[in-house]
Amino acid sequence: MGQTLAEKILSHKAGRRVEAGELVVVEVDQVMVVDSIAGSFFKRLEYLGATPRYPERISIVIDHVAPAANLEVAKAQKEIREWGHKHGIRVFDVGRGVCHQVLVEEGLARPGWVVVGSDSHSTTYGAVAAFGTGMGATDIALAAASGRTWLRVPESVKVVFRGRLPKGVTAKDAALEMVRLLTAEGATYMAVEIHLLDGAEALTRGERMTLANLTVEAGAKAGLVVPSGEILEMYQVPEWLYPDPDARYQEVVEIDLSSLTPRVSVPFFVDNVHEVAQVKGKRVDQVFIGTCTNGRIEDMRAAAEVLRGRRVAPWVRLLVVPASSQVLEEAARDGTLLTLLEAGATLGTPGCGPCMGRHMGVLAPGEVCVSTSNRNFRGRMGAPDAEIYLASPRVAAASAVAGYLTTPEELEEAHA
Amino acid sequence: MPRVFKFGDQVNTDDILPGKYAPFMVGEDRFHLYAFAHLRPGFAQEVRPGDLLVFGRNAGLGSSREYAPEALKRLGIRAIIAKSYARIFFRNLVNLGIVPFESEEVVDALEDGDEVELDLEGGVLVKGERAFRLRPPPPFLLEALKEGSLLDYYKKHGRFPGE
Repeated sequence: MGQTLAEKILSHKAGRRVEAGELVVVEVDQVMVVDSIAGSFFKRLEYLGATPRYPERISIVIDHVAPAANLEVAKAQKEIREWGHKHGIRVFDVGRGVCHQVLVEEGLARPGWVVVGSDSHSTTYGAVAAFGTGMGATDIALAAASGRTWLRVPESVKVVFRGRLPKGVTAKDAALEMVRLLTAEGATYMAVEIHLLDGAEALTRGERMTLANLTVEAGAKAGLVVPSGEILEMYQVPEWLYPDPDARYQEVVEIDLSSLTPRVSVPFFVDNVHEVAQVKGKRVDQVFIGTCTNGRIEDMRAAAEVLRGRRVAPWVRLLVVPASSQVLEEAARDGTLLTLLEAGATLGTPGCGPCMGRHMGVLAPGEVCVSTSNRNFRGRMGAPDAEIYLASPRVAAASAVAGYLTTPEELEEAHA
Repeated sequence: MPRVFKFGDQVNTDDILPGKYAPFMVGEDRFHLYAFAHLRPGFAQEVRPGDLLVFGRNAGLGSSREYAPEALKRLGIRAIIAKSYARIFFRNLVNLGIVPFESEEVVDALEDGDEVELDLEGGVLVKGERAFRLRPPPPFLLEALKEGSLLDYYKKHGRFPGE
């Protein structure tokens, strides 16, 4: 019996052939820590009486509340800087960007690596065929102290994307469709192994990050995209890093990219996915373009394309938060940023921004937000009855202009 | 006698502890007071050490924030029974030493406000005349729980269970 991509990677790390269901303790190539667990992380290391085993394999990113929102946060971030300096740990400070984007940009997630992160969307590293998985503060502290972690080798669900995306349809729409089909618990404890075929290989690294990012919303432990396309040009992909043709899967899901239309995830669950057409007309108070799901340069450009020569509706706040300083610089260089600002966008510091309702863009009771992020849970961005609709940057930008949920195509028609 | 606090399916980490009440936002000594602040206001004031939390399917989906279950631990929760768990939440429970039982039958048999007896080690739950046997967690996790939590296990043995 052949092996899945997850089994291949964990076998390689374990130094022996392992199969789904086994418990393994494996070396970790990179441990990613975000500001929001720093306090718990340090407390646990102190309790263990431990120091980092491999300082060069640890990255700390100050992104979840950046810049600091209050005194508590400021103290926690000060501790990060001091601790990082003392132990020779890489610290990506305020403004560098969202952890997942930063790690990929910095080459700290690579094909075949095991990357554990203190953020559930660490599945994003699967875009470059790294086994990325999210964990809590204890696991992360143990990984930093020991250089290892324990994992149950996951079963896998195979998701095959075929064909090419129609004009106006994006990787976000494909990702939302995947979550709808798998459901919020359909891939729990499993790896989602993504195959791109018949033209879908053309999806960029950024688009693959969007797909891998959303796999955790189906409960996945990892979201692994089989290397192809530009990944093969950007990275040295080891020969063994492919699933066997006779690997065993719990389920196989096929998605024809060419048949997709713009999608939106309706509160309060990510898998509550509909065509935009079904909910269009919903009045919008805030639009947020950014996050580890859709804050990349291609997302900024897609939004700018819709916003060029237009203004956001008078009652809408459009918040744009580039996923990293590199994205921001690129957007400044090529004019994308000016287009966004001329349309009425408010710019935030590269980082997670309003995604989890901590310090900017908090929603008042009853407000509605269209967000390019990955979660629309009740109360996530503020008031418990505020509503979050998840969509692509194109749909988000069009909704900002219209003041209600819509697509760029509808916008064209309305103005024709 | 321990009381049952029963919640439904798909209770997520934002329900358990809204992001804005994370320890680094409101202080390490206060965050647990905001457990279920949106979903069930007043919970932290009402719950007593030893009380039992019961969830439906996919308990704890969402974020990796360990301070969600940590808030429950601070409030004295020692065990949870759910129909099924989200992966990271399950790991976090074990790591903190909260015993995660899984049982459709027991969850269906319990109502909010029930008074029950729970023998954690023996895995027996008694409600009135009825006794339920709860399947213990997998051996790896049980070994960690024997020392209190995975952190305690590692501190004591300098390795992971089964290594």
